[in-house]
Amino acid sequence: MSKDLTIGEALRQRGVSRRGFLKFCAATASMMALPPGMAPVIAAALEKARRPSVIWLSFQECTGCTESLTRSHSPTVEGLIFDTISLDYHHTLQAAAGDAAEAARVAAMEENYGNYILVVDGSIPTGNPGFSTIAGISNLDMLRETAAGAAAIVSVGTCAAYGGIPHANPNPTGAASVSDLVSDKPIINVPGCPPIPVVITGVLAHYLTFGTIPELDDLGRPRAHYGQSIHDRCYRRPFYDKGLFAETFDDEGAKKGWCLYKLGCKGPTTYNACATTKWNEGTSFPIESGHPCLGCSEPDFWDGGGFYKALSTPTADITRTAVYAVGAGAAAGIALGAMNRTKQKRMAKEHEKVTIDDLEKGD
Amino acid sequence: MDEIAHTATCASPGEVVTGNVMPILHQVRHALHDLLETGKSEVIDLRSIPMGPGEEGRLAEALGKGEVEVRMSALGPSEIIETRYPGVWLVTHFNNDNEIIGKFIEICAIPGLVMAQDEDIRAGLVQLNEQLT
Ligand code: SF4
Repeated sequence: MSKDLTIGEALRQRGVSRRGFLKFCAATASMMALPPGMAPVIAAALEKARRPSVIWLSFQECTGCTESLTRSHSPTVEGLIFDTISLDYHHTLQAAAGDAAEAARVAAMEENYGNYILVVDGSIPTGNPGFSTIAGISNLDMLRETAAGAAAIVSVGTCAAYGGIPHANPNPTGAASVSDLVSDKPIINVPGCPPIPVVITGVLAHYLTFGTIPELDDLGRPRAHYGQSIHDRCYRRPFYDKGLFAETFDDEGAKKGWCLYKLGCKGPTTYNACATTKWNEGTSFPIESGHPCLGCSEPDFWDGGGFYKALSTPTADITRTAVYAVGAGAAAGIALGAMNRTKQKRMAKEHEKVTIDDLEKGD
Repeated sequence: MDEIAHTATCASPGEVVTGNVMPILHQVRHALHDLLETGKSEVIDLRSIPMGPGEEGRLAEALGKGEVEVRMSALGPSEIIETRYPGVWLVTHFNNDNEIIGKFIEICAIPGLVMAQDEDIRAGLVQLNEQLT
């Protein structure tokens, strides 16, 4: 696809009708968390927008973020947005490697200097540069060199945004986030482990459509997608408010779909779009599948003290019953904590119910 | 309204109710009133509203089915169904893998996407001209 085509022209060339294009714009408005009335504005802007050049660098990461975005090969809306950018360098996806690939990166940088979007996934080791290199170039050098000519940087995933898992205690590689190392460019953080694909493309779509970066919160995340906590938009919230909590993964409360707070849900302190945008084309999200939120879009989520440990006592206006229930839960926790390993093994053998405290004190 | 209130709030045991179905129905009622008074149409993006398992189904049930159903095939299928309330449409867009990419309630005489678009009419005319010469 030629770089000189506008996005409207590029889509038409692929045989997409005007009707299809308008449908694409309606889905894009929804993806950008904009009111549906914005669809005609998006259509008018995308019709004229040129395809931006994108350079994608992957550092200390697991490729989950790229997987999240490219998992689907069919023309999804995410796929189309992805196709309408000119992805000039992505060493995981491109066939070229080593010097040839680096030559492509340098060429793309020169051709679009000052105008390309730099997408980064993975954290950057600041200890021994040998911890992670590409074609013999340290991650830090490659980031600095490529960031210099970028119009804006998108840090995709919690590793690039906040250091993520490589940054977890004791952080053996001295992993740092992009914003720890680059301070003279606009940086958009799109955290999540991985981030929701439509959120990644929603940010690219925003740049394509408006030529600006979206409004960000104090952690550098787009407010449109990270403006509300999981807890504020959670469909289990009425149970939290009534003080009805699942105590184990298989008790009556769990079966009735009660709140997962006591099973360690980090929804109240986690800002992301999972509760409304959901995953797998809107099928569900972890809490809907019965598992508490891990808080993966927040800095240092890996060092939060345990995925199955409840946050402090719920503070919202809950009923007396709830307070009693929390009290009883805490007492039970202490008692179970004292339980020895032999008893845990015996329980497992006899298929007794395993509580969350057992999981935490598992070994 | 009694029957609607019943369908909209009653869940089978084990299902979770966020209580978001009733407010949506009220929003639709206001929008329908506006449409009649001022001709202003409205779109509600259902993806921006938290829904528990089964709730979307209950909303669809509360809205029911009316006289018109449109199946569209543009960038994957779309389903445009008039509800039992004329002027209220349930619009679902799918991609080519039949995965939902957008779900809206539109309050208007007819959703704009159903109408043939000028660009497509023009392209069609070119094709017909070629066929006839
Ligand atoms: S604590 Fe978790 S499961 Fe409970 S309402 Fe909040 S986000 Fe939902």
